[in-house]
Amino acid sequence: MQRYIVRRVGEAVLALFALSIIIFLMVRLTGDPALLMLPPDAGADALEDIRHSMGLDKPLVAQYGLFIRDYATGSFGDSLRSKTPVSDLIKDRLPNSLKLVGAAAVIVLLISIPLGVLSAVYKGTWIDTLATGFAVLGQAIPVFWLGILMIQLFTVKLGWLPSSGMGGLDHYVMPAFALGFFTVAAIQRLLRSSMLEAMDSEYIKLARIKGLSEFRVVWKHALRNSLISVITLGGIYIAILITLGILVEVVFAWPGMGRLMFQGIVFRDFPVVQAVVLISAGIVIFSSLVVDIAYAYLDPRIRLQ
Amino acid sequence: MAKVIDTAAIQPGKAKSWPKIFAAIKAAPFIPLSIIVVFVLAAILADLVTFHDAYQVSLRDRLIPPFWQDGGSLSHPLGTDPLGRDVLTRIIYGARISIIIAGAALAFGGGFGTLVGLTAGYYGGKIDTILMRFADITLAFPLILFAILLVMVLGPSMMNVIIAITLVLWARYARVIRGEVLGLMQRDFIARARVSGASDWRIMMRHLLPNVMPTLIVLLTLQVGWVIIVEASLSFLGAGIPPPTPAWGGMLAEGREYVSTAWWVTTAPGVAIMLVVLAFNLCGDWLREKLDPKQRSI
Repeated sequence: MQRYIVRRVGEAVLALFALSIIIFLMVRLTGDPALLMLPPDAGADALEDIRHSMGLDKPLVAQYGLFIRDYATGSFGDSLRSKTPVSDLIKDRLPNSLKLVGAAAVIVLLISIPLGVLSAVYKGTWIDTLATGFAVLGQAIPVFWLGILMIQLFTVKLGWLPSSGMGGLDHYVMPAFALGFFTVAAIQRLLRSSMLEAMDSEYIKLARIKGLSEFRVVWKHALRNSLISVITLGGIYIAILITLGILVEVVFAWPGMGRLMFQGIVFRDFPVVQAVVLISAGIVIFSSLVVDIAYAYLDPRIRLQ
Repeated sequence: MAKVIDTAAIQPGKAKSWPKIFAAIKAAPFIPLSIIVVFVLAAILADLVTFHDAYQVSLRDRLIPPFWQDGGSLSHPLGTDPLGRDVLTRIIYGARISIIIAGAALAFGGGFGTLVGLTAGYYGGKIDTILMRFADITLAFPLILFAILLVMVLGPSMMNVIIAITLVLWARYARVIRGEVLGLMQRDFIARARVSGASDWRIMMRHLLPNVMPTLIVLLTLQVGWVIIVEASLSFLGAGIPPPTPAWGGMLAEGREYVSTAWWVTTAPGVAIMLVVLAFNLCGDWLREKLDPKQRSI
């Protein structure tokens, strides 16, 4: 177990290191990074200042050291547009994004697990057809169009739900569902096939012979083993929710990191975009690390590989 | 472990008998295949099948509804966008953009990834460890985030979108192909090829590559839809194909403010993306069943 954790943490650190190197080099090799960090109308003095504070007059290795130090201490520079430190902007927005991803995760679990189990138990019936059709569709609809469609139906036509911003629970319904849709489809598909495999296995036959109720056989014994295949990919699902969250936040004007980044793209506000990308990528890498370790803890077969 | 292909079946010139081909056509997913054919034809023949200019702004004609609604006409079957451009024309030219990006990204990313996978699996040892470490690190990157940053630095353009997707895409191919090759390396025909003096390159290209082909084809088909969605997402965020080029994601973004008054501006590109992605996913699933029933998890 310890060896596994060490290896996995090492991988995550390497990934973060590689990401920082790529961003660092990308910015420096393709032009003057000082120009990216300042508005186009900045004077020569301001350019000189930023060049000095980024250490652009120093050797590359020293520049990288400064880059890492700034990020480790949370100084991401100032937003070109609002002139405020990027770290303040992110402090305001990050909790909102996490709330949205959390709400979506709850919806995903509540829908995909029953759907996956039922489509396996009632294989070949209309329930299966419906659930599988839903899954196939879910993987083909772009999440931002789904959001727009929902706004057209529930806000414009029916007037049931608010289409933008944060507020009460009703503000969560559409964004969280739109965000979770793709993942629901993916988990339903995976769970269906692993449930079918489990239902065919010896231990399920044994459970039936023992005279357990069908309900316990399906929802306890078969589901428990099938969920392993879903948990294995848990890190990937979290990564998907976080990246798709950016698109959903833009559609529903959700005041989170994704919307912050979108505004950054529109106004060519490089410090903001860079910070949001690095922080989101860090969250993705970290959460898949946690999922993998938790999973290895639960299933010895993984850590012994 | 993948099954080894009967070499006679992959040799050119020895076509299957007609009844067999006919049976295969009948069993193929007809609707998804026809969607793909229409999509490809639209992309190739865009100049011939459209009657409007995809770029010509005409504010007099802005936001004309589709032909079946009041005020619509057959000269703009799917209506016009907020700048008065014909929506159908832009959808058709958008198909061209999507296909160029998906084709280029999959050719470069898939080609490079396959080469890495063959090399890693064939040589094994340190080379394998190093190459796979790179692949794992790449797979850990959230693609859309990485692409956004790259496009911010390099500037939005078709080339940069292709570069960004390629840089992340190769890793999946490297991983899957390497897994296949590891299985094949245990087999007699590789040892025999070695004994008969075949070079490393020849073994990789003539003996390993044909055997990983089914997996490769399935993976490529399944990822067309994914690349199209990623490109549309980037364009939607303004970090992809810059306007006024008619990219489907960008069209959705341009119509977003008009959802309550002009539903067709966003619905047309949305439906186009969904249909094409759906068609490629269904064909990929079908090919997977056909070619490689054991590889269900890729």
